[in-house]
Amino acid sequence: MQQTRSVEIGTGLFVLLGVGALFFLTTQTTGGDDFSADEIYTMEARFENIGSLRTRAPVAMSGVTIGRVTSIRFDPVTLEAVVQFVIDSQFDQIPDDSDASILTSGILGSQYIGLRAGGSDTYFEDGGEVMFTQSAILLENLIGKFLVNSGSKDED
Amino acid sequence: MTSVVRDLFNTSVEFVRTFGAFQLFSLRVLRHSPEVLLGRFGLVVKQVFNTGALSLVIIMVCGLFVGGVLGLQGYSNLARFNAEDSIGVFAAFGLIKELGPVITALLFAGRAGTALASEIGLMKATDQLSAMEMMAVNPVPRVLVPRFLGGVIAMPLLVAVFSMIGLFGTHLVAVELLSVDVGAFWQQIQITVDMEDINEGIIKSIVFGVAASMIAVWEGYNAVPTAEGVGRATTRTVVITAIAVLVFDFMITAVMI
Repeated sequence: MQQTRSVEIGTGLFVLLGVGALFFLTTQTTGGDDFSADEIYTMEARFENIGSLRTRAPVAMSGVTIGRVTSIRFDPVTLEAVVQFVIDSQFDQIPDDSDASILTSGILGSQYIGLRAGGSDTYFEDGGEVMFTQSAILLENLIGKFLVNSGSKDED
Repeated sequence: MTSVVRDLFNTSVEFVRTFGAFQLFSLRVLRHSPEVLLGRFGLVVKQVFNTGALSLVIIMVCGLFVGGVLGLQGYSNLARFNAEDSIGVFAAFGLIKELGPVITALLFAGRAGTALASEIGLMKATDQLSAMEMMAVNPVPRVLVPRFLGGVIAMPLLVAVFSMIGLFGTHLVAVELLSVDVGAFWQQIQITVDMEDINEGIIKSIVFGVAASMIAVWEGYNAVPTAEGVGRATTRTVVITAIAVLVFDFMITAVMI
Protein backbone atom coordinates (compact mmCIF):
# COMPACT_ATOMS: atom_id res chain seq x y z
CA MET A 1 0.00 0.00 0.00
CA GLN A 2 2.81 2.35 0.95
CA GLN A 3 4.39 1.65 -2.42
CA THR A 4 1.30 2.59 -4.41
CA ARG A 5 0.99 5.75 -2.35
CA SER A 6 4.50 6.94 -3.11
CA VAL A 7 4.05 6.04 -6.78
CA GLU A 8 0.85 8.06 -6.84
CA ILE A 9 2.47 11.02 -5.15
CA GLY A 10 5.45 10.86 -7.51
CA THR A 11 3.20 10.68 -10.56
CA GLY A 12 1.08 13.52 -9.29
CA LEU A 13 4.14 15.70 -8.73
CA PHE A 14 5.50 14.84 -12.15
CA VAL A 15 2.25 15.67 -13.94
CA LEU A 16 1.87 18.89 -11.96
CA LEU A 17 5.43 19.89 -12.85
CA GLY A 18 4.86 19.06 -16.51
CA VAL A 19 1.61 20.96 -16.73
CA GLY A 20 3.22 23.83 -14.84
CA ALA A 21 6.06 23.91 -17.36
CA LEU A 22 3.57 23.94 -20.24
CA PHE A 23 1.70 26.75 -18.54
CA PHE A 24 4.95 28.65 -18.08
CA LEU A 25 5.86 28.24 -21.75
CA THR A 26 2.46 29.33 -23.02
CA THR A 27 2.10 32.33 -20.74
CA GLN A 28 5.62 33.56 -20.11
CA THR A 29 7.34 33.06 -23.44
CA THR A 30 4.45 34.19 -25.64
CA GLY A 31 2.22 37.03 -24.48
CA GLY A 32 4.05 39.50 -26.69
CA ASP A 33 0.54 40.32 -27.81
CA ASP A 34 0.40 43.43 -25.66
CA PHE A 35 -2.78 44.55 -27.39
CA SER A 36 -6.06 43.26 -26.12
CA ALA A 37 -9.24 45.26 -26.06
CA ASP A 38 -12.88 44.48 -25.44
CA GLU A 39 -14.18 47.07 -27.83
CA ILE A 40 -12.46 48.06 -31.02
CA TYR A 41 -13.12 50.03 -34.14
CA THR A 42 -11.81 49.37 -37.61
CA MET A 43 -9.88 51.77 -39.83
CA GLU A 44 -8.31 51.55 -43.24
CA ALA A 45 -5.24 53.11 -44.71
CA ARG A 46 -3.86 53.01 -48.23
CA PHE A 47 -0.15 52.81 -48.83
CA GLU A 48 1.89 52.94 -51.97
CA ASN A 49 4.27 50.42 -50.45
CA ILE A 50 3.93 48.53 -47.20
CA GLY A 51 7.42 47.08 -47.12
CA SER A 52 7.29 43.91 -45.03
CA LEU A 53 4.34 44.88 -42.85
CA ARG A 54 2.39 41.81 -41.79
CA THR A 55 -0.98 41.16 -40.20
CA ARG A 56 -0.95 41.36 -36.41
CA ALA A 57 1.69 44.07 -36.59
CA PRO A 58 1.12 46.73 -33.93
CA VAL A 59 -0.46 50.12 -34.56
CA ALA A 60 1.26 52.62 -32.30
CA MET A 61 0.74 56.22 -31.36
CA SER A 62 3.55 58.03 -29.58
CA GLY A 63 5.19 54.61 -29.33
CA VAL A 64 2.32 53.04 -27.39
CA THR A 65 0.49 50.14 -29.01
CA ILE A 66 -3.17 51.07 -29.41
CA GLY A 67 -4.20 48.68 -32.15
CA ARG A 68 -3.28 45.90 -34.48
CA VAL A 69 -3.24 45.26 -38.23
CA THR A 70 -6.00 42.81 -39.12
CA SER A 71 -5.72 42.42 -42.86
CA ILE A 72 -3.64 43.52 -45.80
CA ARG A 73 -4.90 43.35 -49.35
CA PHE A 74 -4.10 44.82 -52.72
CA ASP A 75 -6.53 47.11 -54.48
CA PRO A 76 -6.44 46.14 -58.18
CA VAL A 77 -8.04 49.42 -59.27
CA THR A 78 -5.92 52.02 -57.50
CA LEU A 79 -2.90 49.70 -57.38
CA GLU A 80 -2.35 50.41 -53.73
CA ALA A 81 -2.00 48.27 -50.64
CA VAL A 82 -5.02 48.54 -48.36
CA VAL A 83 -4.21 47.91 -44.73
CA GLN A 84 -7.08 47.33 -42.35
CA PHE A 85 -6.41 47.74 -38.64
CA VAL A 86 -8.36 47.91 -35.39
CA ILE A 87 -7.93 50.42 -32.59
CA ASP A 88 -8.98 50.06 -28.98
CA SER A 89 -12.25 51.98 -28.52
CA GLN A 90 -10.94 53.83 -25.49
CA PHE A 91 -8.79 55.83 -27.91
CA ASP A 92 -11.71 57.35 -29.79
CA GLN A 93 -10.43 60.91 -29.88
CA ILE A 94 -7.76 60.62 -32.55
CA PRO A 95 -8.04 63.58 -34.94
CA ASP A 96 -9.14 62.43 -38.39
CA ASP A 97 -6.31 64.28 -40.10
CA SER A 98 -3.73 62.20 -38.25
CA ASP A 99 -1.27 60.55 -40.58
CA ALA A 100 -0.17 56.94 -40.68
CA SER A 101 3.29 55.86 -41.65
CA ILE A 102 4.98 52.49 -41.75
CA LEU A 103 7.92 52.52 -39.41
CA THR A 104 10.56 50.04 -38.43
CA SER A 105 11.40 49.26 -34.82
CA GLY A 106 15.16 49.31 -34.68
CA ILE A 107 17.30 49.15 -37.76
CA LEU A 108 16.38 45.60 -38.74
CA GLY A 109 13.30 45.14 -36.56
CA SER A 110 9.77 44.34 -37.58
CA GLN A 111 7.55 46.98 -39.12
CA TYR A 112 4.54 48.66 -37.56
CA ILE A 113 2.12 51.46 -38.28
CA GLY A 114 2.84 54.69 -36.48
CA LEU A 115 0.05 57.26 -36.14
CA ARG A 116 0.93 60.92 -35.64
CA ALA A 117 -1.75 63.18 -34.26
CA GLY A 118 -3.18 65.90 -36.45
CA GLY A 119 -5.07 68.99 -35.35
CA SER A 120 -8.62 68.40 -36.51
CA ASP A 121 -11.67 68.67 -34.26
CA THR A 122 -13.30 65.56 -35.72
CA TYR A 123 -12.12 62.12 -34.85
CA PHE A 124 -11.48 58.72 -36.42
CA GLU A 125 -14.64 56.66 -36.66
CA ASP A 126 -15.38 53.00 -37.25
CA GLY A 127 -14.91 52.12 -40.90
CA GLY A 128 -13.05 55.35 -41.60
CA GLU A 129 -9.95 55.78 -43.67
CA VAL A 130 -6.69 57.52 -42.85
CA MET A 131 -6.26 60.35 -45.33
CA PHE A 132 -2.56 60.94 -45.07
CA THR A 133 -0.19 58.03 -45.30
CA GLN A 134 3.48 57.55 -45.80
CA SER A 135 4.86 54.37 -47.27
CA ALA A 136 7.46 52.15 -45.74
CA ILE A 137 11.00 53.38 -46.10
CA LEU A 138 12.84 50.70 -47.98
CA LEU A 139 16.45 50.29 -47.03
CA GLU A 140 17.32 49.38 -50.62
CA ASN A 141 15.84 52.64 -51.96
CA LEU A 142 17.67 54.65 -49.31
CA ILE A 143 20.97 53.06 -50.21
CA GLY A 144 20.21 53.60 -53.89
CA LYS A 145 19.45 57.29 -53.36
CA PHE A 146 22.54 57.69 -51.24
CA LEU A 147 24.73 56.14 -53.93
CA VAL A 148 23.19 58.33 -56.65
CA ASN A 149 23.65 61.44 -54.52
CA SER A 150 27.25 60.73 -53.64
CA GLY A 151 27.92 59.95 -57.30
CA SER A 152 26.53 63.30 -58.50
CA LYS A 153 28.49 65.17 -55.82
CA ASP A 154 31.75 63.78 -57.14
CA GLU A 155 30.97 65.19 -60.58
CA ASP A 156 30.53 68.75 -59.27
CA MET B 1 26.14 -13.82 -57.86
CA THR B 2 22.62 -15.20 -57.82
CA SER B 3 22.96 -15.98 -54.13
CA VAL B 4 23.84 -12.34 -53.41
CA VAL B 5 20.77 -11.19 -55.32
CA ARG B 6 18.64 -13.72 -53.54
CA ASP B 7 19.99 -12.66 -50.15
CA LEU B 8 19.32 -9.05 -50.99
CA PHE B 9 15.82 -9.91 -52.10
CA ASN B 10 15.14 -11.95 -48.98
CA THR B 11 16.47 -9.19 -46.75
CA SER B 12 14.22 -6.64 -48.47
CA VAL B 13 11.20 -8.85 -48.13
CA GLU B 14 12.06 -9.47 -44.49
CA PHE B 15 12.40 -5.71 -43.92
CA VAL B 16 9.01 -5.01 -45.48
CA ARG B 17 7.47 -7.87 -43.49
CA THR B 18 8.86 -6.49 -40.22
CA PHE B 19 7.59 -3.06 -41.11
CA GLY B 20 4.13 -4.42 -41.89
CA ALA B 21 4.10 -6.48 -38.69
CA PHE B 22 4.98 -3.32 -36.78
CA GLN B 23 2.01 -1.50 -38.31
CA LEU B 24 -0.38 -4.34 -37.42
CA PHE B 25 1.07 -4.44 -33.92
CA SER B 26 0.59 -0.66 -33.60
CA LEU B 27 -3.04 -0.99 -34.67
CA ARG B 28 -3.57 -3.68 -32.04
CA VAL B 29 -2.07 -1.52 -29.32
CA LEU B 30 -4.05 1.53 -30.44
CA ARG B 31 -7.29 -0.42 -30.61
CA HIS B 32 -6.91 -1.50 -26.98
CA SER B 33 -5.84 1.98 -25.85
CA PRO B 34 -9.29 3.52 -25.17
CA GLU B 35 -10.47 0.61 -23.05
CA VAL B 36 -7.28 0.65 -20.96
CA LEU B 37 -7.44 4.42 -20.60
CA LEU B 38 -11.01 4.20 -19.30
CA GLY B 39 -11.00 0.90 -17.48
CA ARG B 40 -7.52 0.41 -16.06
CA PHE B 41 -6.19 3.87 -15.54
CA GLY B 42 -4.28 2.72 -12.46
CA LEU B 43 -1.93 0.68 -14.63
CA VAL B 44 -1.30 3.70 -16.84
CA VAL B 45 -0.56 5.91 -13.82
CA LYS B 46 2.06 3.44 -12.66
CA GLN B 47 3.73 3.58 -16.07
CA VAL B 48 3.58 7.37 -16.18
CA PHE B 49 5.54 7.20 -12.95
CA ASN B 50 8.03 4.67 -14.36
CA THR B 51 8.65 6.42 -17.66
CA GLY B 52 7.97 10.03 -16.72
CA ALA B 53 8.65 10.77 -13.10
CA LEU B 54 11.76 8.60 -12.99
CA SER B 55 13.14 10.32 -16.11
CA LEU B 56 12.79 13.75 -14.55
CA VAL B 57 16.27 13.96 -13.11
CA ILE B 58 18.11 13.24 -16.35
CA ILE B 59 15.73 15.52 -18.29
CA MET B 60 16.16 18.43 -15.91
CA VAL B 61 19.93 18.19 -15.61
CA CYS B 62 20.37 17.84 -19.38
CA GLY B 63 17.91 20.67 -20.03
CA LEU B 64 19.81 22.99 -17.73
CA PHE B 65 23.10 22.32 -19.45
CA VAL B 66 21.71 22.42 -23.00
CA GLY B 67 20.17 25.79 -22.20
CA GLY B 68 23.44 26.96 -20.69
CA VAL B 69 25.41 25.92 -23.76
CA LEU B 70 22.91 27.73 -26.01
CA GLY B 71 23.51 30.80 -23.88
CA LEU B 72 27.29 30.59 -24.21
CA GLN B 73 27.34 29.79 -27.93
CA GLY B 74 24.61 32.27 -28.75
CA TYR B 75 26.32 35.02 -26.83
CA SER B 76 29.70 34.62 -28.47
CA ASN B 77 28.12 34.69 -31.93
CA LEU B 78 25.47 37.36 -31.37
CA ALA B 79 27.97 39.65 -29.62
CA ARG B 80 29.69 40.12 -32.96
CA PHE B 81 26.55 41.89 -34.21
CA ASN B 82 25.89 43.64 -30.92
CA ALA B 83 22.71 41.61 -30.73
CA GLU B 84 23.26 39.98 -27.33
CA ASP B 85 19.72 40.93 -26.35
CA SER B 86 18.36 38.49 -28.91
CA ILE B 87 19.99 35.60 -27.12
CA GLY B 88 16.71 34.78 -25.42
CA VAL B 89 14.92 34.47 -28.75
CA PHE B 90 17.72 32.33 -30.13
CA ALA B 91 17.54 29.98 -27.17
CA ALA B 92 13.75 29.98 -26.89
CA PHE B 93 13.21 29.05 -30.54
CA GLY B 94 15.93 26.44 -30.39
CA LEU B 95 14.59 24.88 -27.21
CA ILE B 96 10.86 25.06 -27.81
CA LYS B 97 10.83 23.99 -31.45
CA GLU B 98 13.80 21.67 -31.89
CA LEU B 99 16.11 20.80 -29.04
CA GLY B 100 13.42 20.31 -26.43
CA PRO B 101 11.42 17.65 -28.28
CA VAL B 102 14.39 15.98 -29.98
CA ILE B 103 16.81 15.72 -27.07
CA THR B 104 14.01 14.74 -24.70
CA ALA B 105 12.96 12.00 -27.12
CA LEU B 106 16.55 10.72 -27.38
CA LEU B 107 17.00 10.80 -23.62
CA PHE B 108 13.60 9.18 -23.23
CA ALA B 109 14.66 6.36 -25.55
CA GLY B 110 17.81 5.86 -23.51
CA ARG B 111 16.21 6.12 -20.09
CA ALA B 112 12.64 4.85 -20.46
CA GLY B 113 12.56 3.10 -23.84
CA THR B 114 15.31 0.66 -22.89
CA ALA B 115 13.63 -0.01 -19.56
CA LEU B 116 10.34 -0.80 -21.30
CA ALA B 117 11.93 -3.01 -23.94
CA SER B 118 14.06 -5.00 -21.52
CA GLU B 119 11.21 -5.36 -19.03
CA ILE B 120 8.82 -6.71 -21.64
CA GLY B 121 11.58 -8.78 -23.22
CA LEU B 122 12.41 -10.37 -19.87
CA MET B 123 8.72 -11.05 -19.23
CA LYS B 124 8.71 -12.89 -22.51
CA ALA B 125 11.99 -14.70 -21.82
CA THR B 126 10.71 -15.88 -18.45
CA ASP B 127 7.41 -17.00 -20.01
CA GLN B 128 5.34 -14.54 -18.02
CA LEU B 129 3.50 -13.43 -21.15
CA SER B 130 2.74 -17.04 -22.09
CA ALA B 131 1.52 -17.66 -18.55
CA MET B 132 -0.88 -14.74 -18.88
CA GLU B 133 -2.21 -16.08 -22.14
CA MET B 134 -2.76 -19.47 -20.51
CA MET B 135 -4.80 -17.75 -17.82
CA ALA B 136 -6.83 -16.17 -20.64
CA VAL B 137 -5.39 -12.74 -19.88
CA ASN B 138 -4.53 -10.88 -23.04
CA PRO B 139 -1.03 -9.44 -22.49
CA VAL B 140 -1.62 -6.62 -24.97
CA PRO B 141 -4.05 -4.58 -22.85
CA ARG B 142 -2.56 -5.82 -19.58
CA VAL B 143 1.17 -5.28 -20.23
CA LEU B 144 1.81 -3.44 -23.48
CA VAL B 145 -0.88 -0.78 -23.70
CA PRO B 146 -0.35 0.73 -20.23
CA ARG B 147 3.39 1.07 -20.96
CA PHE B 148 2.69 2.62 -24.33
CA LEU B 149 0.15 5.08 -22.93
CA GLY B 150 2.40 5.93 -20.00
CA GLY B 151 5.12 6.96 -22.44
CA VAL B 152 2.68 8.91 -24.62
CA ILE B 153 1.38 10.86 -21.62
CA ALA B 154 4.81 11.42 -20.09
CA MET B 155 6.57 12.66 -23.20
CA PRO B 156 4.87 16.06 -23.77
CA LEU B 157 5.23 16.80 -20.06
CA LEU B 158 8.91 15.91 -20.12
CA VAL B 159 9.43 18.09 -23.19
CA ALA B 160 7.75 21.02 -21.48
CA VAL B 161 9.92 20.56 -18.40
CA PHE B 162 13.03 20.29 -20.58
CA SER B 163 12.23 23.48 -22.50
CA MET B 164 11.42 25.42 -19.35
CA ILE B 165 14.53 24.30 -17.47
CA GLY B 166 16.56 24.93 -20.63
CA LEU B 167 15.31 28.51 -20.78
CA PHE B 168 16.28 28.94 -17.14
CA GLY B 169 19.71 27.56 -18.00
CA THR B 170 20.07 30.17 -20.73
CA HIS B 171 18.82 32.83 -18.37
CA LEU B 172 21.40 31.74 -15.80
CA VAL B 173 24.29 31.93 -18.27
CA ALA B 174 23.16 34.99 -20.23
CA VAL B 175 21.80 37.18 -17.46
CA GLU B 176 23.76 36.12 -14.39
CA LEU B 177 27.05 35.22 -16.02
CA LEU B 178 27.32 37.36 -19.16
CA SER B 179 25.17 40.25 -17.81
CA VAL B 180 22.68 40.49 -20.65
CA ASP B 181 19.84 42.75 -19.56
CA VAL B 182 17.14 40.61 -17.94
CA GLY B 183 14.29 42.78 -19.25
CA ALA B 184 15.52 42.67 -22.83
CA PHE B 185 16.08 38.93 -22.53
CA TRP B 186 12.49 38.08 -21.61
CA GLN B 187 10.84 40.87 -23.55
CA GLN B 188 12.46 39.76 -26.81
CA ILE B 189 11.28 36.22 -26.14
CA GLN B 190 7.73 37.35 -25.47
CA ILE B 191 7.58 39.51 -28.57
CA THR B 192 8.95 36.90 -30.92
CA VAL B 193 7.68 33.54 -29.70
CA ASP B 194 4.15 32.80 -30.86
CA MET B 195 1.62 30.24 -29.77
CA GLU B 196 2.31 28.50 -33.10
CA ASP B 197 5.89 27.86 -32.07
CA ILE B 198 4.80 26.24 -28.83
CA ASN B 199 2.22 24.21 -30.70
CA GLU B 200 4.95 22.94 -33.00
CA GLY B 201 6.88 21.76 -29.96
CA ILE B 202 3.81 20.10 -28.49
CA ILE B 203 2.92 18.35 -31.76
CA LYS B 204 6.48 17.10 -32.07
CA SER B 205 6.52 15.86 -28.49
CA ILE B 206 3.28 13.92 -28.99
CA VAL B 207 4.51 12.34 -32.23
CA PHE B 208 7.86 11.47 -30.67
CA GLY B 209 6.12 10.10 -27.59
CA VAL B 210 3.96 7.78 -29.69
CA ALA B 211 6.93 6.71 -31.83
CA ALA B 212 9.38 6.14 -28.97
CA SER B 213 6.89 4.25 -26.78
CA MET B 214 5.56 2.14 -29.64
CA ILE B 215 9.05 1.15 -30.79
CA ALA B 216 10.14 0.26 -27.25
CA VAL B 217 7.03 -1.86 -26.64
CA TRP B 218 7.35 -3.53 -30.05
CA GLU B 219 11.02 -4.37 -29.60
CA GLY B 220 10.37 -5.82 -26.16
CA TYR B 221 7.40 -7.84 -27.32
CA ASN B 222 9.32 -9.23 -30.30
CA ALA B 223 12.58 -9.86 -28.49
CA VAL B 224 14.17 -13.26 -28.96
CA PRO B 225 13.47 -14.80 -25.54
CA THR B 226 17.09 -15.23 -24.50
CA ALA B 227 19.51 -13.06 -22.54
CA GLU B 228 21.19 -12.06 -25.77
CA GLY B 229 17.88 -11.38 -27.49
CA VAL B 230 16.72 -9.03 -24.73
CA GLY B 231 20.03 -7.18 -24.90
CA ARG B 232 19.71 -6.84 -28.64
CA ALA B 233 16.12 -5.62 -28.36
CA THR B 234 17.29 -2.93 -25.93
CA THR B 235 19.96 -1.74 -28.32
CA ARG B 236 17.61 -1.74 -31.28
CA THR B 237 15.11 0.33 -29.31
CA VAL B 238 17.61 3.15 -28.90
CA VAL B 239 18.87 2.97 -32.48
CA ILE B 240 15.46 2.80 -34.17
CA THR B 241 13.94 5.44 -31.90
CA ALA B 242 16.80 7.83 -32.61
CA ILE B 243 16.40 7.38 -36.36
CA ALA B 244 12.60 7.62 -36.24
CA VAL B 245 12.66 10.73 -34.05
CA LEU B 246 15.10 12.60 -36.28
CA VAL B 247 13.27 11.62 -39.47
CA PHE B 248 9.91 12.67 -38.00
CA ASP B 249 11.50 15.87 -36.75
CA PHE B 250 12.65 16.73 -40.25
CA MET B 251 9.24 15.97 -41.73
CA ILE B 252 7.26 17.94 -39.14
CA THR B 253 9.61 20.90 -39.40
CA ALA B 254 9.36 20.85 -43.19
CA VAL B 255 5.56 20.88 -42.97
CA MET B 256 5.24 23.50 -40.25
CA ILE B 257 7.94 25.98 -41.15
